[in-house]
Amino acid sequence: MLVALGVALGAITGATADAGTTVRDAGGRDVQITDGSRVLSIGGDVTEILYALGLESRVIAVDTTSQFPPEALKQKPNVGYMRALSTEGVLSVGASLILASERSGPPEVVKALKQTGVPYVEVPDGLSSRGVIEKVRFVASAMEATSEGEKLAQRLEEEFAALASRGAAIKRRLRVLFVLNVQNGRATVGGAGTSADAILELAGADNAAASVSGFKPIVDEALLEMMPDAIVTMRRSGSHDTDQLLAMRGVMGTLAGVAQRIVAMDGLYLLGFGPRTPAAALDLMRQLYPETSSANSGPAR
Amino acid sequence: MKASAVPVPGFATSADRAARGRALLTAAAALLALTTLLSLSVGPTGITLASLPRVLWAAFTGSDSAAIAREQLVLLDIRLPRTLLGAFVGALLAVAGAMMQGLFRNPLADPGLIGVSSGAALAAVATIALGNGLALPWVRTFGIYALPFAAFVGGLATTFALVAIAGRHGQLMIGTLLLAGIAIGALAGALSGLLAYVSDDRELRDLTLWSMGSLSGASWPKVIAVLPFVGVVAVAVPRLIRGLNGFLLGEAEAFHLGIDVEAAKRLAIAVTAGAVGAAVAVAGIVGFVGIVVPHVIRLIAGPDHRVVLPAGALLGAALVLVADVIARMLVRPAELPLGIVMAAIGAPVFLHLVLRRGVGGVE
Repeated sequence: MLVALGVALGAITGATADAGTTVRDAGGRDVQITDGSRVLSIGGDVTEILYALGLESRVIAVDTTSQFPPEALKQKPNVGYMRALSTEGVLSVGASLILASERSGPPEVVKALKQTGVPYVEVPDGLSSRGVIEKVRFVASAMEATSEGEKLAQRLEEEFAALASRGAAIKRRLRVLFVLNVQNGRATVGGAGTSADAILELAGADNAAASVSGFKPIVDEALLEMMPDAIVTMRRSGSHDTDQLLAMRGVMGTLAGVAQRIVAMDGLYLLGFGPRTPAAALDLMRQLYPETSSANSGPAR
Repeated sequence: MKASAVPVPGFATSADRAARGRALLTAAAALLALTTLLSLSVGPTGITLASLPRVLWAAFTGSDSAAIAREQLVLLDIRLPRTLLGAFVGALLAVAGAMMQGLFRNPLADPGLIGVSSGAALAAVATIALGNGLALPWVRTFGIYALPFAAFVGGLATTFALVAIAGRHGQLMIGTLLLAGIAIGALAGALSGLLAYVSDDRELRDLTLWSMGSLSGASWPKVIAVLPFVGVVAVAVPRLIRGLNGFLLGEAEAFHLGIDVEAAKRLAIAVTAGAVGAAVAVAGIVGFVGIVVPHVIRLIAGPDHRVVLPAGALLGAALVLVADVIARMLVRPAELPLGIVMAAIGAPVFLHLVLRRGVGGVE
């Protein structure tokens, strides 16, 4: 009866405030959202977008991949690693909406969560400039924060456009190898279809490892074969990946090794595909092509 | 325990052991009942069994209160299947372990020796690593059950191949089975390693998590899928007790006792393959239960399979339930892999028993 009354009131007032919204998620399901006030955010990119939209007060819990901004994981309870969720654990945080990266798992738990009555929305991965902007609009519409979403999307469009015009000025595109990590002298590189491949493209570089797909460990010799002009790797505290890389025989023989062109950047910043992506791509472009930044004298990072 | 009994363990009189066996069975049953209640009553949402009457009444009267719907969801659709699945997995693994140790007359035997675990692991790895490529039709056909089903089929197929090798002269040679099992295990390990080598970062993470076991994917369909195997084990175990007890003396001696040695071996292997295949399929690799539980029982009550098998089922179930409660509560709302918790509580207990009583039992 209360529901009927609510519907009647909604009809009178124009049905905007509490009527909720329906979104078609990355899995192709139409999910009805009635209450976006207590959100569980699963996926580093999703959390980052929610914070960038200024909606952090509505985030009640996150997952362990939500490393940025750092206060997210410090201040909110976390439901564990995004691919090892537990049904009751997720339910226990009392969310009214679950925004989860489409990479979340395990599949049985995701299936169970979709049937609990709490709206479960799969957020697309979006590994491109278009993808990031669409992802921002998608999250904003699920949160019924379209005006904030539009503002952020506009800003990102401008940043990506600036990035593209700077990229157009590049005279010779470099072959760049992305190295995820080095273990026992063996490098794991980012091949085609990876977030690393996508960010290299945005930064105006050719992926030297485009012949492999996914993140794959490769042998020294194959690394030599890839002929990278520069190497991009992830910066971690207390890690000596850069030194290890330079010490590898396969690297020594490449232009990247000879010129010692190794760029180390924060992993989530570089590969997160969230609101910081244009900045990260620009950052990378500047380090790979110092000549373009001197021409434009953009703001220091 | 009578005061007149010889105090040295392993030399206890048979009457003493029988009494201990009965006591152990009773205690294990009580422990299982207790842990079942615990597992149903403890979880990160804080909902306890106190809500059960309300939930049942609401289901009966068809109430649609949101709070009760949530309690109903947690108790009946999350915890109950999870508890049942945990108990089944524990019981199956412990009984399978006890049967393997009896069959091979080796205290360290586990179902890995007949290839079930390695075959299941290989199939699981293949499903994860090739899910977007070669294995895509399989994944499309079976959806979210592609992995469990692949693990089950892989485990059984490997055991079948081993039995075909070791039994090609019409008689199952235990020695050949053991050695061929090691060879096939190594081969499956190599293939798994190869697949892991070509899989990407996220797939590797999935593989690692799978190999540490978990009950977080428990659901009614899984419980129903495992139920027939529990039934088969329950029917087969009484028929295997005489054979396995005969094997304690040696294969020839068992034959002279009038035991159909061939039939007993094949039945034990078939039952083990089914039990372990089903358990691994629904919970991933859960180590330790199959080794620790039978040994604990042998240390307390001796090697008689009339005690070891039923008490193993009860104690195995209880151990997995306790470990699972810890797994879901320790870092809530996140969850630890079951295998980690199992080893962390099982290993010290086992070590304590070994140090205090010596490794008796099987010999």
